[in-house]
Amino acid sequence: MDNMENSIQEIAKRLLSDEEVDLIIGYERGTTPLRASPFFINEEGDIHKLIWDPTCNINLSKYLLDREERIGIVAKGCDARSIIVCITEGQIEREKVVIIGVPCLGVIDRRKVEAELDDREILEATVTDEQIGVKGEVYEQVLPTRSFLCDSCQSCRHRNPPIYDVLVGEKVPEAAEADEFAEVEELESKSSEERWAHFVEELGSCIRCYACRNVCPLCYCKECFVDETMPSWFGKTNDLSDTMIFHIVRAFHLTGRCVDCGACSRACPMEINLRALTKKAEKIVKERFNFEAGASLEEVPVLGTFKQDDSQEFIIK
Amino acid sequence: MKGRELKLMAKVLDKNRLPNLIDELIEKYRVFAPVKREKFIGFEEISSSKEACLEFQNSKQPPKGVFFPQTEILFKYKKGEKGVEADARPWNGEGVLFGVRPCDARGLVFFDKFFSSGDHKDLPYLEKRKKTAVVGLACIHPRGTCFCTSLGGSPFGREGMDLLLVDLGDRYLVEILTERGEKLVENAQWLRDANDVDFERAVELAKGAEDAIKTKISTDGLSGKLDGMFDDPFWDQVHQKCIGCGVCTYLCPTCWCFDVLDEEIGANVRRVRIWDTCQFPLFTRQASGFNPRPSGKERMRQRLMHKFNYFPEDFNEFACVGCGRCVKECPVNLDIREVIKAIVSM
Repeated sequence: MDNMENSIQEIAKRLLSDEEVDLIIGYERGTTPLRASPFFINEEGDIHKLIWDPTCNINLSKYLLDREERIGIVAKGCDARSIIVCITEGQIEREKVVIIGVPCLGVIDRRKVEAELDDREILEATVTDEQIGVKGEVYEQVLPTRSFLCDSCQSCRHRNPPIYDVLVGEKVPEAAEADEFAEVEELESKSSEERWAHFVEELGSCIRCYACRNVCPLCYCKECFVDETMPSWFGKTNDLSDTMIFHIVRAFHLTGRCVDCGACSRACPMEINLRALTKKAEKIVKERFNFEAGASLEEVPVLGTFKQDDSQEFIIK
Repeated sequence: MKGRELKLMAKVLDKNRLPNLIDELIEKYRVFAPVKREKFIGFEEISSSKEACLEFQNSKQPPKGVFFPQTEILFKYKKGEKGVEADARPWNGEGVLFGVRPCDARGLVFFDKFFSSGDHKDLPYLEKRKKTAVVGLACIHPRGTCFCTSLGGSPFGREGMDLLLVDLGDRYLVEILTERGEKLVENAQWLRDANDVDFERAVELAKGAEDAIKTKISTDGLSGKLDGMFDDPFWDQVHQKCIGCGVCTYLCPTCWCFDVLDEEIGANVRRVRIWDTCQFPLFTRQASGFNPRPSGKERMRQRLMHKFNYFPEDFNEFACVGCGRCVKECPVNLDIREVIKAIVSM
C-alpha cells in the first residue's frame, strides 16, 4: 500500500517536473475518518500529500470534464472505464489526459463500517487492503476490509484499468467470475407489486439534491433534462412521481454507458441504492447486445450504432 | 439559567414514563418526533409514542421540513365557471416538535429571523412555527463532525426551545424554559421535582459533551475578512472539488432558499413552494439566459458569503450552527470547517 502511494507520488512528481501535465488530480487524506478527498496539485511541494488506500472511493474522472489543462489523473479500474466512455463520446481528449492507472482490490463503503459499529462515533481509522482499524472514545476494533467494500466492488470484474499511461505497481488478479447481477436478479424474482413497494421505499426518501447526477462522470449534459424550463419537462418537487421519473430517466440515459463505479450510491446522502436501476439497465444491454461499456477505446457506444444482427425481440410487431 | 432559578423550573421524568408523556401530547397536539427509518433517523408526524426514537446522535436531515417542507402546496386554484376559485388550506391544529437537538433548535431561531424580517412576513412558515412548541433533547454524544461551540452554540444550548430534556440514564431531566413549555407538561402527573443529584448529573454530562467536541475553530474576524474577498483568487481554488450538488444546503438547518412554481393539470393549478439552493445553476439563471453566477466558483462563494458575511450583517449572527451535516455527508469531503479556517488565517 505504502509502495503504491510512493509510486503515485513519484509518477506525479515526474509528470509535473517534465511538464507533461499542468495538473495532477489524485486523493488526499480526508478530514474525517474513512474518507479521502479529491486533491488538485500543480505544485510539486504538495505531492507528499497524495495518498492511496481503500478510502479513495471517489471517481475522479468527473473532474476531467470541461477543463483546458493537460491532466494527470489517478484512476482505478472503474474510473478508467468511465474515462474510456467519456473519450468515445467525445467529452475528453485522450491526448490531454495522462492516466495513472491503479490496480484496485476494492474501495470501502464507510456507511457499512458505521452500521457495523452501530453508529458509535469513529474518531480514528486506518485502512489497508486487508484491515480497517477503527478507534472510538471507548473502543478499538479491527475489521476485515473485504467485508466492507462497496457493493459495486463486491462484484467487480475490472480491477485493473483497461487503459493507462503509467501503471502503479503490478496488475492484480481479476476476481473469479462473481455473479454481478445477483442483486438485480433478486429484484427481478419479485412480483411487480413487491418491486413497486421496494422502489417506493428507496426513492421515496430522495431529496432531489442531484448528488448522484453531479458526481457521475457520465452525467455531463450542459443542461440536465430536469433543469430545463422552456418547457419544463419534469416536475421539480420531491413528490414520489417526480423523483421516480427523474431516477428512471436518468437510468435510461445511462443505459449502455454506466460502468458501475458506484459513485452515485456512495454520494447519495439519503443512502438510496441507485445502482439497483443502473445495474438492471447494464444487465439488459449485456443480454441483448453482449456489450459492456468502458472496455476499450475502439468501442462504439452501443445505443449509438446499429448492427444487422442486433437483438430485436423487444420491437413490438 | 443555572442554580436556584433552574431548580424551580425543572422536573424529572422516568424513562419508562416517556411514552406516557408523548402519548398525552399526541392527544392534544400534532407531534413531530425523530423516527428510526431503515437507514437513518428522520422527523415525522407520529400517531403513537411507539414510533418515536430518542436514542440517536442526530437526524439525517434537520427538522426544518416540519415548518418548511421540501414541497409545500401554498394553495390551489382552478379556472371554473365562476372565474378563478382558490383553495388555501391552513395548517391544522397546534403542534409539538419533540426531540430536537440544540443545534437544530437554534437553526429554527435563525429561520424565524429570516422569515419574519423585512416588510414581507412569510405566513406559511410563521403560522406553523407560531402554533408549534419545541421540545429539545440535550446532546450528550456529539459527533466528530460537530462544531457548534465554535459558532456560539452548545450541546446543552436552550435557544429556541420550550422544554429541554436531558438524558440522565434511567430518567430525563425536564427543564421548563417557557410558559408554553410549562403548559405542555402541566397535567403530566408522572413528573416529579428534580433534586440536586439530577442537576449535578446534568452539569457533569453537559461538561462531558462540551469536552467531546474536538473541533474548535476560530471565527475571529471571519465576517470582516470576507468583506474584502469577493474578487479574491481564493475562490478559484477552494471550489475545485465541489460537484455542485445540493447536499450541504438541503441538509443544512439554516438554509431556507426556495422556488415557487405553478403546476397546471388542465384547469387545476397548484402553487407549490419547493426547496432550492444557491448551488444549482438554475437558482440565478435569468429569463434572458444570462447567469450572474455561471460557475461553481460564484455559487460556492455565495454560500460562504451568505452564511458568514451577509447574514451576520443583517442579523449579527453567522448562519451556521455547526451541526456538521454538510461535513459528514458531502460526497467529496469538502469540509466547511477547513474553508473557515483558511479564510480566518488569510
